[in-house]
Amino acid sequence: MEQAANKTILSVSDLNLHYGQAHALKNINLDMARHQVTAFIGPSGCGKSTLLRCFNRMNDLVESAKIDGSIRFNDAEINDSSTDVISLRRKIGMVFQQSNPFPKSIYENIVYGLRIAGVNDKATLDEAVERSLKSAAIWNEVKDRLNDSALGLSGGQAQRICIARAIAVNPEIILMDEPCSALDPISTLKIEELIEELKSKYTIVIVTHNMQQAARVSDVTAFFYLGELIEAGGTRKIFTNPEKKQTEDYITGRFG
Amino acid sequence: MKPFWKTGEPYVLATGAALAIILVMSLALVGVVMTNGLGYFWPRALVKFELKDGSVALGQITQQEKNPTNGDRRIQLKIANRDVFGQDFRWIDEKDITARSLPADAVLLERREHGNFFGFLTGVTAEGMTLTGAAPYDKLLQARKLVSGKLDATRTIKQQMSNLNNSAESLRLKVQKLEYDGKEKNAASITELTSAREKLMAEFSKLNEQATATLAGIGTITAQLSDSAGGSKDISLTEIVALQRPNSMSFFAKCGAYLERVRELLWDDPRESNTEGGLFPAIFGTVMMVLLMSVFSLPFGVIAAIYLREYARDGLVTRMVRIAVNNLAGVPSIVYGVFGLGFFVYGVGGSLDKLFFPERLPTPTFGTGGILWSSLTLALLTVPVVIVATEESLASIPKGIREGSLALGATKFQTLTKILLPMATPGIMTGLILSMARAAGEVAPLMIVGVVKLAPTLPFDSNFPFFHMDRKFMHLGFHIYDVGFQSPNVEAAKPMVFVTTMLLLAIVIVASSTAIYLRTRMRGKYTTSTF
Repeated sequence: MEQAANKTILSVSDLNLHYGQAHALKNINLDMARHQVTAFIGPSGCGKSTLLRCFNRMNDLVESAKIDGSIRFNDAEINDSSTDVISLRRKIGMVFQQSNPFPKSIYENIVYGLRIAGVNDKATLDEAVERSLKSAAIWNEVKDRLNDSALGLSGGQAQRICIARAIAVNPEIILMDEPCSALDPISTLKIEELIEELKSKYTIVIVTHNMQQAARVSDVTAFFYLGELIEAGGTRKIFTNPEKKQTEDYITGRFG
Repeated sequence: MKPFWKTGEPYVLATGAALAIILVMSLALVGVVMTNGLGYFWPRALVKFELKDGSVALGQITQQEKNPTNGDRRIQLKIANRDVFGQDFRWIDEKDITARSLPADAVLLERREHGNFFGFLTGVTAEGMTLTGAAPYDKLLQARKLVSGKLDATRTIKQQMSNLNNSAESLRLKVQKLEYDGKEKNAASITELTSAREKLMAEFSKLNEQATATLAGIGTITAQLSDSAGGSKDISLTEIVALQRPNSMSFFAKCGAYLERVRELLWDDPRESNTEGGLFPAIFGTVMMVLLMSVFSLPFGVIAAIYLREYARDGLVTRMVRIAVNNLAGVPSIVYGVFGLGFFVYGVGGSLDKLFFPERLPTPTFGTGGILWSSLTLALLTVPVVIVATEESLASIPKGIREGSLALGATKFQTLTKILLPMATPGIMTGLILSMARAAGEVAPLMIVGVVKLAPTLPFDSNFPFFHMDRKFMHLGFHIYDVGFQSPNVEAAKPMVFVTTMLLLAIVIVASSTAIYLRTRMRGKYTTSTF
């Protein structure tokens, strides 16, 4: 038990979220372990992305969102009004569904997070660029054109640049919101391999529509339906022997 | 097969036709202005007509048309010599003409007053000077060189005089201020300043004498001419601005004369109540006013738009502000002029005068129209354009870009300055282009808040503090109105109207092209912005 608590990096308890009148997340309780890949699956509108965006307080941008309950990151409360959102977002990085490189050079994209944190030392920045591009498995493709605009990259490359950008600030957790939904199968495969590698250094939470993907990359899978967490557990167990009927129906393709 | 109108083709054709009409109209406008404006400076032949009644007319053909009363062809001739004939133009029926010729020795004189003189040179008198040339025309050229040499020599003296005058004036104002502040009249500081000023004035009159001495005698150098009606006329050489014999000029000489006139247009001051001479003060005033306007309206508009789009909560108030801003763009410009007069000139300017220059009252310093108030009034007029353009371009930036920046731990302000503003720049430039074009062409409000027919000084010169924001200025748009409709000799001033219009168009086009070039370069960098 002691060990389990130590292993937990994110812990959600009794979380409720309302968008105005709509009850988007209902009583969510879920723990996520360090250096594991947790996948959120479920049909559209089930609240999985909303939950993901609670972890780095991106829901602050939505005026009508109202959150009750607790999310603890390394035993510190995220939803506290005293929480420093800026440093929280530095520790919990995010990769979006649509790759969103800034209209700057590849180099400037990667160092953006460091620069806004006040790091301007050339050697540090160079080192960070090489390290994060290598971690994102795109170093060999772009090392000769670091000063070209990042807007000229293909979708898959751009998405890996976005992952590298998130890695550059050394986060503890990387949130991925359907990172492959706009990519072709080859790029998807590359990103999935990347996730496998990143697991050793970072904790990853990934939202996906693609159940095969969840089965391939994740250690733990959580199934959401209509704002409720139906079932969470080891990926193998969820996919082979789910406890709940709804989970089984979804996984076997009876709805969704 | 579908009926033709159902294929959608007719609509495509209609849109194409609409575009074509717009293009044709714009090109026609530019064409009319260019043909009338560009030809004005070309040295045109002086034609001599002998008429049935035995009289002779010399002049430049300006128009040919059918006489509306009897259906005969008739010619409009610019005969100049306004002081002799009383009018610049006359109509001649073609059936009255017995002979026409191009006399090689016909002379065109451009004079400082009374417009041009067309005639024949008969001699030159210069007391105390020996002119070696044989022909009168050579003598005239030689004498002119002498005169212009002396005039150049006095130019530096004149400059020194104007500097002295400026220093003396600032001393006078200092004395006035001391007196206003309640010092006794014989207070040491006042006496000191007064004596310093008297010293300057003494220097001034010495220079004045020097200048008079240099110029002594050149007033007596005169050219004798005869006009086509046989009368004779003596013209002092100081009165002559330019002279040419257009009928005996080669093509290249004509080109040279043309370029000289263009140079004069761009760099010299106007003469003869603006209908002759150059446009430099008006060009300078227009450009400086537009630049000042941009300096005021661009930051103001961009900041307002940022607040509206990024920080203000999207509620009823924000929406009403937005509607109000959009409607501001539609308020008649004269209303802005009246507002500028009431608020800027009388309100702000009057208060500035009371606070900082009370000793000069009732003579206003800032409490009267000037380039500062004009620029501010026009900035007010164009700021809605900048706000709307900036808001549009901020709104067109994808949400993902903002979230991407925020998710990396950037603050809202960092996201704004490092990502959003650079991406919005092309859109902001569009707003700036539109507002500059509008400001350059606006005349009505300026007539109330600071534009004048003739400004004695530029709003920028070498005297401290260099930018004289309180000064009145000249403007090309007002120049068109003034020369075209207010001048004593509208017909003679017509070409000048076209030339001025052409220049105003050119300024707008140059300013817009520069901004469009910059925008294209930026767009290359930030291709995701579509506005």
